[in-house]
Order: sequence, then structure tokens, then C-alpha cells
Amino acid sequence: MEFTGAQILMKVLKEEGVDTIFGYPGGAVLDIYHALAQTDIRHILARHEQGAVHAADGYARATGKVGVSIVTSGPGATNAVTGIASANADSIPLVVITGQVPTHLIGNDAFQEVDIVGITRPCTKHNYLVTDINDLAKTIKEAFFIARSGRPGPVLVDIPKNISASKAAYKLPGEIKMRTYNPTYKPNLKQLRKIVDLIKSAKKPLIFSGGGVTISGGSEELTRFVTRTQVPITSSLMGLGAFPGTHPLWLGMPGMHGTYRANMAISNCDFMLAIGVRFDDRVTGKTDVFASNATIVQIDIDPTSIHKNIPVEIPIVGDCKVSLEELNKLLDEEDFNHVKEKRQPWLDDIEKWKSTNPLAYQAGDIIKPQFVIEKLYELTGGKAIITTEVGQNQMWAAQYYHFEKPNHFISSGGLGTMGFGLPAAIGAQVACPDKTVIDIAGDGSIQMNIQEMATAVQYGLPVKVAILNNRYLGMVRQWQELFYERVYSATTLDHNPDFVKLAEAFGAVGLRAQKSSEVEPVLKEALSTKRPVIMDFVTEREENVYPMVPAGAPISQMLLV
Amino acid sequence: MTEQNYVLSIFVENRPGVLSRIVGLFSGRGYNIESLSVAETMEPDVSRLTMVTKGDAVIIEQIKKQLNKLINVIKVYDLTGTNYIQKELALIKVHAKSEGRAEILRIVDIFKGKIVDVGQEHYTIEITASKDKMTAILNLLKPMGIKEIVRTGIIALHR
Repeated sequence: MEFTGAQILMKVLKEEGVDTIFGYPGGAVLDIYHALAQTDIRHILARHEQGAVHAADGYARATGKVGVSIVTSGPGATNAVTGIASANADSIPLVVITGQVPTHLIGNDAFQEVDIVGITRPCTKHNYLVTDINDLAKTIKEAFFIARSGRPGPVLVDIPKNISASKAAYKLPGEIKMRTYNPTYKPNLKQLRKIVDLIKSAKKPLIFSGGGVTISGGSEELTRFVTRTQVPITSSLMGLGAFPGTHPLWLGMPGMHGTYRANMAISNCDFMLAIGVRFDDRVTGKTDVFASNATIVQIDIDPTSIHKNIPVEIPIVGDCKVSLEELNKLLDEEDFNHVKEKRQPWLDDIEKWKSTNPLAYQAGDIIKPQFVIEKLYELTGGKAIITTEVGQNQMWAAQYYHFEKPNHFISSGGLGTMGFGLPAAIGAQVACPDKTVIDIAGDGSIQMNIQEMATAVQYGLPVKVAILNNRYLGMVRQWQELFYERVYSATTLDHNPDFVKLAEAFGAVGLRAQKSSEVEPVLKEALSTKRPVIMDFVTEREENVYPMVPAGAPISQMLLV
Repeated sequence: MTEQNYVLSIFVENRPGVLSRIVGLFSGRGYNIESLSVAETMEPDVSRLTMVTKGDAVIIEQIKKQLNKLINVIKVYDLTGTNYIQKELALIKVHAKSEGRAEILRIVDIFKGKIVDVGQEHYTIEITASKDKMTAILNLLKPMGIKEIVRTGIIALHR
């Protein structure tokens, strides 16, 4: 029996366990959408292809599963690019199916033709153009395999219209084994052994964990490891939640807007175990003085992440979870009691740093953005899934919402994509219908994908948007204030829409708070509403995110409040 | 750190777009390609690239890792500092009027080259040589007037 390419695609998607697709139809994917309609796969129609891919990304981050998106050729595909690049920067597993003009028209500048495989080569983990229907099933299966294994990432499969429309026999592809791709999961045990010895001999040890721990599902193992060794820990933005944010050994996030104590601990430690991090420039500041007194061990599944920005003494290629499991096994034979005394002065230093420059702001009648997030944390018991846009809103969310569990902080870390938060919240809410999902937004970035409110309303997704509305592109304004003589070039947003009316126009609920006393009632009302809500918090206009390390400065040199 | 030339031998799947992935990696990350030569191996679905690239040790380590990370790359060998043979083929069209012809022939003979085309005013020389010899013959021919040149970039093989 023969099936169309589109039907074959659906069979493989089902085989891969796909139950939800985020997409947008168009000419080149008509056959695919026709076949999709005959399946029980849920399709969420976004209002823009960028929104569709971010939603698939939010779904993937909330569940750890592969997010799937289908878009049409040409502009559909180019609109998806920002979503793909965002997922790529944060190692999020996606399979993005793009329609393409029929094979005989490729290269002809046909209507809605674009070389999307060429365009996305540098921002996907891998991509394919299917030119033979007999390759289709295996290609899709391979795409899922590549997307979810090793260091995950987005894989794009470009399917010309005649491939999805024509017919062929379907044979279930077997287990994928690739000659050229075989990620290393199991670390070198001899190297791991060295970590245990270093932890025992170090006077000032520190753990620096990142997104790799969340992605590998190694959060519990990390917590066990820290509890056992009693080594203080700091986590990158992508690593938030992989270790409980209220644990006494947790120092907060490091880097440009990191806590004083985390940055001081990095600058003074004599041993650093870096796990699942890539030493982004927003973390390291000036690299030559980053942890310059420390012996650094780095564990990562991607060899290119090791030794790229920061030289390390002991490189270990392996999966974070597997490595932590092995490390925990090694610890069983160890006794850490005698190291406590030796380490006490270090822990005393950390205590001192904790109390000298804690995160702080001046509360008052005018709403402080930090206050909104603190209240939100309090009222949700720290249990909500928080997505963010990018800028000040993102940094305050990272600083003031204490994430207890992995997969609860969903933010565009690497690419820093404004407009990410709302569609990502939609994807997370689809994945977790019983959870409270909140997009912490700025008035600038929310307008980049505000059209997705229609998606939330259509599917009855009760996402909450908390706009910290300062009528500025706040983070850029902050840099202009601090480093560009207060020339607020193109950062003033004097013509924002009325967000409450806008919410209502979409069929959502709109709420506004204009002074501090109104924050809690608005949040309570929003959280008790089973519909999508936009909350407009009219905040202090020129509040800055502190601490701040100027770009390229050592992270020990922070501008404090 | 000091920059130097490195010779990489890269086995890749012989498929459309693979070369573009490699070249794109170099341009996107700001690495140098000094020369590049590609052709199929005895296995028709595997191609072998010989690439000369320039950088310090840290950059070269990144380049090798990034190449290995590409899904279609089978294996990357760094021949630098190992015992290997390297050759480059060049076709050189050199200005040759009657008075200079004998001298050109002598040079070509010393370097074991061949005259593959003769015109009224030129010789076209085929020469296969290592990098050093290639530089030497070009220096000798330069005063005669090199009209055109095409070089393959080096190919290299472990001994």
C-alpha cells in the first residue's frame, strides 16, 4: 500500500510520540496539513511563525520532549528563523518542518521560494532538504534522533510540495545509527576521580552549574552531590531551578547581573567544578581574571564548549546527569567530615558576602518592578512556570523569583530574543495545563509577539502576562544612562497601547496596577482567573538592574545599588 | 600565542551541502582557510578534504572540535607536526619569447616539471611540488613574467 509523503510524515511523527504541533499553514504545506487533519495530533495555530517556533520551544523546555513546528515555505520559513536560532543558542530540541516549492522549481526563484536549508545552516544543529520521497521517513526519524541526543538542538527538515503530495510505500525506519554522529555520554572515570580528590583538598571550592544539568535531567543528582559535599554553588541563567534557589548553599546567579556573593565566590575560589555551562561572556566578564585562582574542571557533553572561552585544567566530555551519577557513586566511599574545618574560613567569607551586598531596592508608593516579582513569588509559592521576555524584566525575574525545580524558568538566554516569553508561555501551558504559567514581560518586548494573545484565547490557555511597564526599552536605556551620557536614543516608548483595552480586545482579561498597594490585589485576581490575563504594572520609569558588571570588566568590579 | 599553519585532513560524507557547512563554519566563526582541496575517496560516498588553516593552538583546537561536531564530518586528522607527504599542483603560464625559452626549460627540468602547452609568447608549465619547492620555482619564474597561475592548494597524506 502506498501513502503520500504527508501521510508518511504523520506516521513517523506518531511513531516518535508527537502529540502536539505548533504551526502555521500555507501553500507548500497544504498536503501536510491535509494529512494532519486526519490524525489525532493536536495542532496549535499560532499567529506568526516566530510565535509557533517559540511555542514549540516553550513546550520542549517545560517537558524535556522534542518540540515540533510546521511552517510553510518562503516567508513562513524565514519567520521561523528567529525561533530556530533561539532554540539553537539554548540547546533546545526542536524538529521544524518547512514546506518548500516543488523540486523541479527549486533554484528558479519560484513564488515563496527561499533556500531555508542554506539560511539555517549556521543556526540549526543539523538540517535536511528531502529530494526523494523514499528518504523521507528515515530523514524525519534521524531529525528527532539528532534533536534530542547529545547536546540537543533544533533540526530543520525542508519538504518540497511534490514530495509531500506524491506517493510511496511506507516502511517503518529501524533504529537510527549514524556513522558520523555518536555523542559521548559516559565520562572518563579516572578524570572524575580527580574531582573527588580536588574537592577534598580544596580550601575554597565552588560549583558552577548550567543549562546542561536541566537538559540532561540531572537536577536531583546535582542536589545530592552538593548536599553530600557541602560545596557552595552558583548557577547560570540557563541553570536556574536545577538546584533549589532557597538552599543555603546556593549563591544566586553569577555574571553581569549576578549576585555580589556569586561573583565574589568565583573571583576567590581555588577550585571550580563547572558542569553543563559554556562560560558565556555575560557570565565571565573579563576572561583573564575569571576564577583566575582556581583549578577548573569542566564537564560538558559538547567538546566545543570546553576550553573555548576559559582554559580548564581537567576537561571531561560526558552527559551531566551520567557524570553526576558516577560522581555520587564515588562519593559513597568518601568521608568529608575532616574537610569541614579546613573549609570554614571560606564559608565564613561567603556568609560575609551574603550579608554585605544583598539584592535590594527602595520600596515606595510607586511600583518597583522587583516588588512585583517578589509578590508573584510569594503568591505562587515559587511553583509557577515563569517565562520571560528579554531585558530588565528577564534579569529581575532571574534575581527575585527563587526557582526550586528545573524546567520552571523558561527564558531566551543565549540569543536574548525579545518576544520569546508570550509564545513560550503558550507552549508551556499546552504542555502543563494544570500549572500556573506566567510571562514576565517588559512593555517593549511584549509588543514583539503580542499577537499570540489571540492563540492563548482561541485555545483557552490561561497564561498570565505581567508587564513591568516603564515606558522605556529599559535595559538599553539603563546602558544609555550608565555608559552613553544619558542620551536616550530611540528607547522611549511614549505611544504604548492601552494594555488593558488591548487584552480585552483579544478576549482576554486586562488588569492594571498603578501603585504598590494595588500590586497584590491585581496579582491575586489574575492568579484566580482561569482565562488569559494581561497585567499592566505601571512601574518606576528609571529603575536599574543591579548589581551590574560593565561589559568586559572583571566580575568582581560590580556597580552596586 | 603564536599563529602558524596547520594541515587538516577531513573525511566527510559526500553529499550536497557538506562543503558549504564546512566553509560556512569557517566564515561564521572567523577562522582562516589558506587553501582547500576536495575530492572523492575510494569509497564514493566519502570525500577527503585537505585544508590548510592558520591560527594559534587554542583556535585550532576549537576548529577541530567544531569540524567534528558537524553531523556530516566523519573524522578530522591533524597532520601538523606528523610525518606526512604534501604536494601541490600548479599550472603556470609564463611569458616565453625565444631568448628566454632555454632558461625556462632548465628551471622546469630542475623542478621536474613539464611544459604542457606552448604558444607564440608563452609556455604553460605543469609542476607538482611541496610548498617550499613551489615557492622556489615561482621566485625563479617571476622575473620571466608570469601571465597566469592556478594552484590546487596542497594535498597531504600520512607516511
